[in-house]
Formats: sequence, C-alpha cells, structure tokens
Amino acid sequence: MSSLDSAAITTHVSQRLSKKASRNIKERVIEFIMLSAAAFSVFITVAIVYILVKESWIFFQTVPLTDFLFDTQWTPLFDDAHYGITVLLSGTITSSVVALLIAIPLGTIIAIYLSEFAPFSVREIAKPLLELLGGVPTIVYGYFALVVLTPILQWFWPDLPGFSLLSAGLVMGVMIIPYVSSLSGDAMRAVPMALREGSYAMGATRLQTALKVVVPAATSGIASAYILGISRAVGETMILAVAAGMQPNLTFNPTEPGATITSYIVQVALGDLPHGSIGYQTIFVAGLSLMLITLTFNLLGYWLRKKYREVY
Amino acid sequence: MDQARVEQIRRLIVVAKRWDTFFVVLGIMSMMFGVLMFVTLFVDMGMKGFSRIDWEFFTSFPSRHAAKAGILSAWVGTILVMLVTAMAAIPVGVAAGVYLEEYAPKNWFTAIIEINISNLAGVPSIVYGLLALGLFVYQFGFGQSILSAGLTLALLILPVIIVATREAIRSIPQSIHEGSYACGATTWQTVRDHILPYSSAGILTGIIIGMARAIGETAPIITIGALTFIAFLPTAPFTGDPPAGMFDWIFAPFTVMPIQMFNWTSRPEAAFQLNAAAAGFILVFMTLAMNGLAIYLRYRLRKNINW
Repeated sequence: MSSLDSAAITTHVSQRLSKKASRNIKERVIEFIMLSAAAFSVFITVAIVYILVKESWIFFQTVPLTDFLFDTQWTPLFDDAHYGITVLLSGTITSSVVALLIAIPLGTIIAIYLSEFAPFSVREIAKPLLELLGGVPTIVYGYFALVVLTPILQWFWPDLPGFSLLSAGLVMGVMIIPYVSSLSGDAMRAVPMALREGSYAMGATRLQTALKVVVPAATSGIASAYILGISRAVGETMILAVAAGMQPNLTFNPTEPGATITSYIVQVALGDLPHGSIGYQTIFVAGLSLMLITLTFNLLGYWLRKKYREVY
Repeated sequence: MDQARVEQIRRLIVVAKRWDTFFVVLGIMSMMFGVLMFVTLFVDMGMKGFSRIDWEFFTSFPSRHAAKAGILSAWVGTILVMLVTAMAAIPVGVAAGVYLEEYAPKNWFTAIIEINISNLAGVPSIVYGLLALGLFVYQFGFGQSILSAGLTLALLILPVIIVATREAIRSIPQSIHEGSYACGATTWQTVRDHILPYSSAGILTGIIIGMARAIGETAPIITIGALTFIAFLPTAPFTGDPPAGMFDWIFAPFTVMPIQMFNWTSRPEAAFQLNAAAAGFILVFMTLAMNGLAIYLRYRLRKNINW
C-alpha cells in the first residue's frame, strides 16, 4: 500500500519536473529569439560598413586617395573624369551652415522660452506642434523651398538663381528647429529647481536665471542638441536634391546652386548606372564620406554628454 | 536707505523686467515663425492642389498630360511597401526592446547593442538606401521591388520602435514585475501577460510615429533605384496561385507617394507643379493624421494610467 503511494508520488513529481523542463526549453528558445532581434541591430551596422567599404575599396583601386581629397573638380560621369570630394563637401558645408544659422538661434530661443517662461498649457500645446514640424516629409519641404521660398527671395534679390543653396538651407533650418529645441529643452528642464530658486532668491529675473544659471548648467545637453542638428543638416537629402540644383560647384557662396554629397547620390540613383561601374562605386564612396562625417559628430556628441554631464 | 539709491534700484528692476518681456515676445515670435512657415506651406499646397484633388486623381495612373495624371500607382505602392515595413519592423523592434529591458544581462554585449542602436538612429536615411542597394538589390537579388523598399524602411524605423518599446516598458513600475515573479511566473509569462499588455499603447505610439516617418521617406527608396513612372499595379497581395504566386506582389516594381511628388516637382511645366502640390497635400495630411493620432494616444495614456 505504502509502496504504491510512494510510486504514485514519484510519477507525479517526475511529471511536474518534466513539465518544468519543457517550460525551461521554451523559455530559452524565446530568450534566444529576442536576443537575435536585438543583435540584429548590430548586424545592420556591420552590413552598412561592409557594403560601403567593399565598394569604396574597389573605387580606390583606380582613383588615388590624394586625387579624391585634393582634386577641385567632381565630374565622375564625364569622359574626363575627376573625383574631388571637396566639391560636394563645399555644398554640404554651405547649406548646413545656412540651416544652422536659422535652426540654432531659433531652436535655442524656443527651448529657453518653453522651459523657463511659458505657462504649462502653452508648453503642452507648443511641443506637439513643433514635433509636427519635424514630421513633415522632407520632399514636401523641398517643394516648398523651390516653389514658394525661392520666388519670395528672388523678389528681394532678383539675381538669385532658380536653384540655390540658400533657399534649400533656409527651409532645412526650419526643419531642424524642432530637433534642436526639443533636445535642448529637455536638457534645461533636467536642471534641478533648487538652482533656479537660489537664483530667484538672489533677486535675479527669469531671463537672468535662464541665461546665467539654467543654460550653463545644461551646456552638455544643449551642445549635444546642436550636434544632432548638424548631423541632420549634413545628412539631409531631398530638400537639397529638389531646391539646390544638382550641379557640382566648388563654392561657399550660398546664393549659388550646388550639389551636396547626398544630392549627388540621388542624382546618380535616378539615372541608370550599370552595377559595378566606377560611377556606381562613387555613390558608395560618397556614402562612406557622409557616414564618417556624421559618425564623427555623433561620437563628439556622445563624448560631450559623458564628459560635461552635470550630475545632481 | 536714501531716496536716490531706492530710485536707482527701481530703475534697475524696471530695465531687467523689460528684458524679460522682450524675451517673452522674442520666444513667442520664434515659435510663431516655425508654426507660420508650416501653415503657409500647408495652405499654399492646399490652395494650389485643391483643384486637382478629386476622385479621378486617386484612380488615374501618372501620365504625360498633367491634367490626366493621378496617384493610383503611388498610393497603392505606398500601402504595399508600408505593409512589408510593418511586418518586418514591428516584430523585430518590439522583441529587441523587450530583450533589452527584460532579459539583457549587464555586460559588454548589451552595452554594444545599446550604443549601436543610438548610433543607428543618427545614420542619415540615404545611407540605408545605399545599404539596401548593395545588400537587398544586388547581393540578395531582390531587385528594385516592393520587398527591397519595405525592408529598407523597416531598417530605418527599427531604432524608433526599439526606443519607444523600451520607454513604454520602463514606465511600468517594478512592483508589477515583482508581483508576477513572486507568483512563480517565468520571464516569458511575465512579459506576455503583464509587460506587453501594459506597454501596448506606448509601443503603438512609437510604431505609428515610425510608420509616419517611413511614409514620407524619399531618399532611400530613390537610392535603391525605384522607377518614377509606373503605369500599372502590382498583383493584389495574397491572391496569386498558392503557394508561390501568393507572394508575387513583393517582387513587383512600384512607386510611392513621395517619389511621385518628387517626379512632378522636378518637371519644369507649371501644370505638374499643381499635381505635386496636390500629392504633397495628401502626403502631409497623412503624416499629420498619423502623428496626431500618436500624440492623442500619448495624451490619453498619461491621463488614464495611474499605477
């Protein structure tokens, strides 16, 4: 009798244990699937680097690096081919500078206003509105720069050509405002209330507190917001492809048309280049240069956040 | 304190206060500048494009005659590409977010994944286009198809979905996890029965924002070599002869809304600019509607949930 009992208990226990084992296997499998999903993001980066470097490597077999860096012409699709990246770089730099001259001042003022001055209700309405500004497709901004802004600018400035880095850069600046304002605003709101209260207690006004206490305390966050803005401006494509013209032009004058690294890639992709030709490889070289520039800025931003972060 | 000194201090205060007012005006004006620009853009496109937006516009293929051209192949293409994007990006993004919050041990590998995701969010969209051109179009041989485009956009919005999932999960209090584990639940049971249901609204918000971004992306899709003039529709999804024919549609050539708009914008004739305005208006309307929905969801979420 007692032996039967103990046998029943043993079966019961072993059943429970076996169920548990299967449950553990299921857990492991699911964890592995989740891990693969997370590791997939690393695969994307590796794939980007692999593809860009592979095609660029073939490119640099034919074109010496010194030509690439110091030639002052960019005519890869002509018979007399030149591959001077500085030409495209000048367009990228010029348009980015114009954009940042709009986005950084306005974005910073909006951030200070929303974080230090605006009543709660205004902030609640303004933040999503600004986010919408950043959510508009860039092709629409490009259309706006070409069809609306350029004629308005030409009204003041009759010599302005139909395509210009200026009007593309200005619209790009408006597009970047929300990125700058929302990130630097977050940094300012993270400054503890006690610092503001201390400043008010000394008789400072809101503006004095904002400029002399809050902004310095949030410097690292604000700087990384600017850097994000720069990296957006450098990587922006469609506004420039539509409104800046796509002629390679070594210039730092924003009132001229020009091509950027990004708009060159679009231009080539629109045409019908055979896979494996040197023209096909140039877009990967352009992409690699772009990637290196934005990566530098992203790392700089990361380092700034780490080094100058105030811990309260 | 003598009268002169009091006067002096009062003057100082008045001046400082005036600067305060000045800055408030400046702040409101800066904000208005951005908002006004957007309103001008929207109204201008609406006014120019309104004459073109009718039933015909949605049911016609693009054409050499501006007045007859429509966006049929573009909006069908956009919906099909979004379908592929959603099917690829949502499971991977949510799973990665859940892994990082609920499973990941604190070690170097997790740290690499985290840095990598924040870095991916900063990669310009056109670089994803180059990746897709080299990898999907040529290496995997998918060609210039809906599949290539959908996967490209999926890679692009993956960081958005991962970050949104992590934030949604992080807002669930630790006591919910502890309660579940105390009852003997495994990690997966906790995730399935508690974490995912409670964070679903937040995750959904992130998915909508990601999809709104994907709908407007032009550069990466141009880079993979999408054609700008398509006057036919791909076969309807899941209708061909099973099993192979079911997926004919994902290998079809296609065009999408932003590319159609780019094509019209870059033509010199004024009549095509009207088409571009109409297409742009519809595009902005769609992204606004999606972003608005996301903002509303977030607002509802903050209001309703009290742990």
